[in-house]
Amino acid sequence: MEQKELIPHLFRTEYRKIIAVLCKLFGIEHIEIAEDIVSDTFLAASELWGLKGLPENPTAWLYAVSKNKTKDYLKRNALFVQKISPAVKYISEISEELEIDLSIKNINDSQLAMMFAVCHPCISTESQIALSLNLLCGFGVDEIANAFLTNKEVIYKRINRAKEKLQIEKVKIEQPALTEIDDRLSTVLTTLYLLFNEGYYSASQDEIIRKDLCIEAMRLTLQLHENNNTNTPEVNALLALMCFQSSRFDARTNKKGETILYEDQDKNLWNDELIHKGAYHLKESSKGDQISKYHYEAAIAFWHTHKNDSKEKWETILQLYNRLLQIEYSPIAALNRTYALAKANGKETAIIEAEKLDLTDNHLYHSLLGNLYTGINNIKALDHYQQSFDLSRSATDKATIMKYINELRK
Amino acid sequence: MKDFLFVYRADYINQPTASPEEMQAVTKLWMDWVGGIAAQNKLTSPGNRLTSGGKVVRPKNVVTDGPYTEIKELIGGYSIVKTATMDEAVTIAKGCPIFMIGGNVEVREINPM
Repeated sequence: MEQKELIPHLFRTEYRKIIAVLCKLFGIEHIEIAEDIVSDTFLAASELWGLKGLPENPTAWLYAVSKNKTKDYLKRNALFVQKISPAVKYISEISEELEIDLSIKNINDSQLAMMFAVCHPCISTESQIALSLNLLCGFGVDEIANAFLTNKEVIYKRINRAKEKLQIEKVKIEQPALTEIDDRLSTVLTTLYLLFNEGYYSASQDEIIRKDLCIEAMRLTLQLHENNNTNTPEVNALLALMCFQSSRFDARTNKKGETILYEDQDKNLWNDELIHKGAYHLKESSKGDQISKYHYEAAIAFWHTHKNDSKEKWETILQLYNRLLQIEYSPIAALNRTYALAKANGKETAIIEAEKLDLTDNHLYHSLLGNLYTGINNIKALDHYQQSFDLSRSATDKATIMKYINELRK
Repeated sequence: MKDFLFVYRADYINQPTASPEEMQAVTKLWMDWVGGIAAQNKLTSPGNRLTSGGKVVRPKNVVTDGPYTEIKELIGGYSIVKTATMDEAVTIAKGCPIFMIGGNVEVREINPM
C-alpha cells in the first residue's frame, strides 16, 4: 500500500482500537483525553513517516507511540491519575512501567465494552449512530456528515452532546454482566441494524461511504458473534440479514450510480459467498425459542436470494411479512408486504390493500401504486409515478422514477 | 386511537370436514387479513385462537363441560385492533374470513379505564 493511502487506512483500522483500550482504561469521563492522545499519535506518524519513511511495522509503531504518549500524559498529570480508576492508580504507583494492554484480546474486549457504552439507551438513536461511527468505526466528522447528507457542525454537535450525556449518566465502559446482556444487547442490535440500513438505504450518492457503513455494521455485529456471551440467536439473525442484503450490493446500482430495482438486477452479480455465510447464520439463529424481527427479516432476505420466481417464494415472503408486521409495524415493511401480496395474490388484490395504507406522503407508496397500476390503468400509474417523483428527494430515486414515467408515456 | 376487541364466533361443531388443502387455504385467508390490518398499523394484538374444549364454572362450585353442544355460536378466538372510530373498526371487520363459514365478528370498544 502506498504511504499516502496507508495512514488513512491505519487510521480507520487502528484508531478505534487504541481509543477503545484507552477509554476503557480511563473511563467515560475522559474520552477527550484518549482522543487527544490517539490523534497526537497519528499526527506524529504522518509527520515522521513523511520525513523518514515508513517504520518496519507501522501498527506496532502506532501502539508503542500511543503507549508512550499515555504514560507521559499520566506522569505530567498526577491529578488526573488520582481521579481515574483505582486500578490505573495502583499500577502506576507500584511500577514506573504502566502496562497499556494492546493485545488482540484486550482490544476486542475493550471494543465490545465500548459498543455497549455507546449504544446506551440514554442517548438518542441518531446520536448513537453518529457516535458509533466516530468511536467504534473511526469515521471522521466529515465522512459522517457526508453519509447523513448534513453538515459537519450538526454531526459535531450531535457527537459532543452524546458524549456529554454519557458522562452525565456516568455510563461505565465495561462488558455488561451476563444477566444484563439480554436487556442491553437489544439496544446495541437496534443501533447496528440502523447503521446498516443507513448504508443500505441512504440517500447519499456516495457509493463508497454507503458500502463502508454496511461493512462497519457487519464488522461490529460479527464481533458480537465472536464473543460467547453475546453470540445469541438474535445476533445471528441480524448477521444473516446483513449478509443476504449485502449479497446484492454490486447488483443494485449501475455504473452511473443509478438504482437497479430487485426484479431488474443481474442475478449473476449476487455474491454467493455472502449468501452462504447468511445461510450459516440463519441456521445458527434458529437455536433458541424466540423469534425476533431480525429472524423474520433474515428469512425474508433469504427468500430474496432465490434466483427464480415461484409461487412458493412469494407466498412465503408474504406470510413472513404478515408475521413481521404483527411484531413491529414500519411503513417500509407495509409497502414491501403489499408488493409480495401482488406477486402472491395478484395486482388487483394488492391495489385494494395498498390504498388502505394511508402513506400518501411517502414517495415509495406512490412508486408501489405506480408499479401495481401499470398494465391495469396506465393513467393512474402515471399519476402515481408523478407524485412519487415530486415527493422523492434523492436524485438517483428521481432518475429511476423518471424511467418508469418515460416508459408509460411511450 | 381506540382499541376494539374483535370476538370471532361461528358454529364450529357443525362444519363439514375440510381437507388439508382447504384448511391451508383458510389459514392463508386469515393470515393475509390479519397481515393487512397490521400493514395499516391498526393491529394492537393478533390475539389468540381458542381450542374447542373447555369448562364453565358456575356458582356453588358447579363445573360443567362447556355448554358448547347446545349453542350454535362458539367463541373461536379474538384480536384487538386500534382505530379512530367504531365505524373504522367495523369496516375492517367486514373483511374477516369468518363469514365464509357463516360466523360473525362482535366488535366492542375496549374501555381504557
